[in-house]
Amino acid sequence: MRYARRALIVAWKDLVVERRSKETLNALLFFSLALLFVFQFTLGPDRERLAAVLPGVLWLGFILSGVLGLGRTFLVERDNDCWEALLLAPGDKSAVYVGKLAASLALMLVVEAIVLALFTLFFNVDLGPALPGLALVIVLGTLGIAAVGALFAAMTAQVRTRELLFPVLLLPVLVPVLLGTVKATEALLLREPLASVAHWWQLLVAADVVYVVVGLLTFDVLLEG
Amino acid sequence: MVKVLGWLAVVGIAAGLTMGFAVAPREVTQGNVQRIMYLHVPAVWVAYLAFIVGFVASVVYLARRRDTADRLAHAACEVGTVFLGVNIATGAIWGKPTWGTWWTWDARLTSVAVVFVMFLAYLLLRQAVEDPERGARYAAVLGIVAALNIPLVHFSVYWWRTLHQPPSLLKPGTSAMPPSILAALLINFAALALLGAYFIARRARVLAAEAEALA
Repeated sequence: MRYARRALIVAWKDLVVERRSKETLNALLFFSLALLFVFQFTLGPDRERLAAVLPGVLWLGFILSGVLGLGRTFLVERDNDCWEALLLAPGDKSAVYVGKLAASLALMLVVEAIVLALFTLFFNVDLGPALPGLALVIVLGTLGIAAVGALFAAMTAQVRTRELLFPVLLLPVLVPVLLGTVKATEALLLREPLASVAHWWQLLVAADVVYVVVGLLTFDVLLEG
Repeated sequence: MVKVLGWLAVVGIAAGLTMGFAVAPREVTQGNVQRIMYLHVPAVWVAYLAFIVGFVASVVYLARRRDTADRLAHAACEVGTVFLGVNIATGAIWGKPTWGTWWTWDARLTSVAVVFVMFLAYLLLRQAVEDPERGARYAAVLGIVAALNIPLVHFSVYWWRTLHQPPSLLKPGTSAMPPSILAALLINFAALALLGAYFIARRARVLAAEAEALA
């Protein structure tokens, strides 16, 4: 119970900071919008081709905005000795990880929901009955991205070349998550039932469990600085 | 001790080359090109063995914080990456005459390539962190994540591309491998495993000397 409260405090703190400054959210929304234009220009107006690559493009948008947003997870802690305060916080340090993960997940899901809405609008996609399945895949995939992202963000926060290093570490590790989400999204957009992509969402669940457990077990090692 | 390992590796490689070029027969359909398998296949086995060593050493480092464990993890992951690179390069050289292309996005090729890039990132992290103690901790965490990610990469890539060819030479039953080919393969595997162990031991020593010089 105390553990959950500690995690909640960290998540709450991060979300309040974000709500007051709106630093990350505004930038990410603008970035996603810019990506939408870039996709449109590079892929051309051909509607059929667009429909074929849409799942990949959608997840490319999610992962790129995720890379930008997640890389900043621990930057806020570097000022005003906040990092030391986290270190001094009583109890199991993995609660800090859970809190950071929850806040990042919430932020990413908000961005993704807006991006998805913009996608359906601009690329004229009818999600309709695919939406519940798609929501499940998005939550599972985003959890995996955020779980690795929060861990690697703590790892790179103190490194001089962090903006370069963070995506370089993150992207190869996330290949299974990307494959799973893109293939599942593809099938769902073709109106296939959720059961037909069972192996993909099971893979996503397995990946999420592995990443979160490793994060919980190793986070205190990274928090040492 | 390390020297003995090195000489054993030399003997093993001499035996492996003899087996691969002289004793093992010429493959009927592929011809002499097939002989690259004696380097190609053992290289990937040794690479994955090295990654397992790196994973265990990373866990031990986080539990005990002994510098030797960190250096072993570093050396093992580096040597594993080199052997995986050898595997990919020899695969491409074999693929050009056999498949007519250096590279295809087939399941095995893709999953090995992803693992290769993952461990290149590990080596990049090793370089990027200036403080050695901090670098050791970070690398241990990444080494654990990367090693546990290998099965996930394999499963996802296999489902992504189910049209890969099954391993034609190691399929049990149907097309039994001539015993001389199997012997050549296993002897080369032993030789490369010795070579890999020798490289890891040497690399760990160099890392220890570097740490001593900087201290």
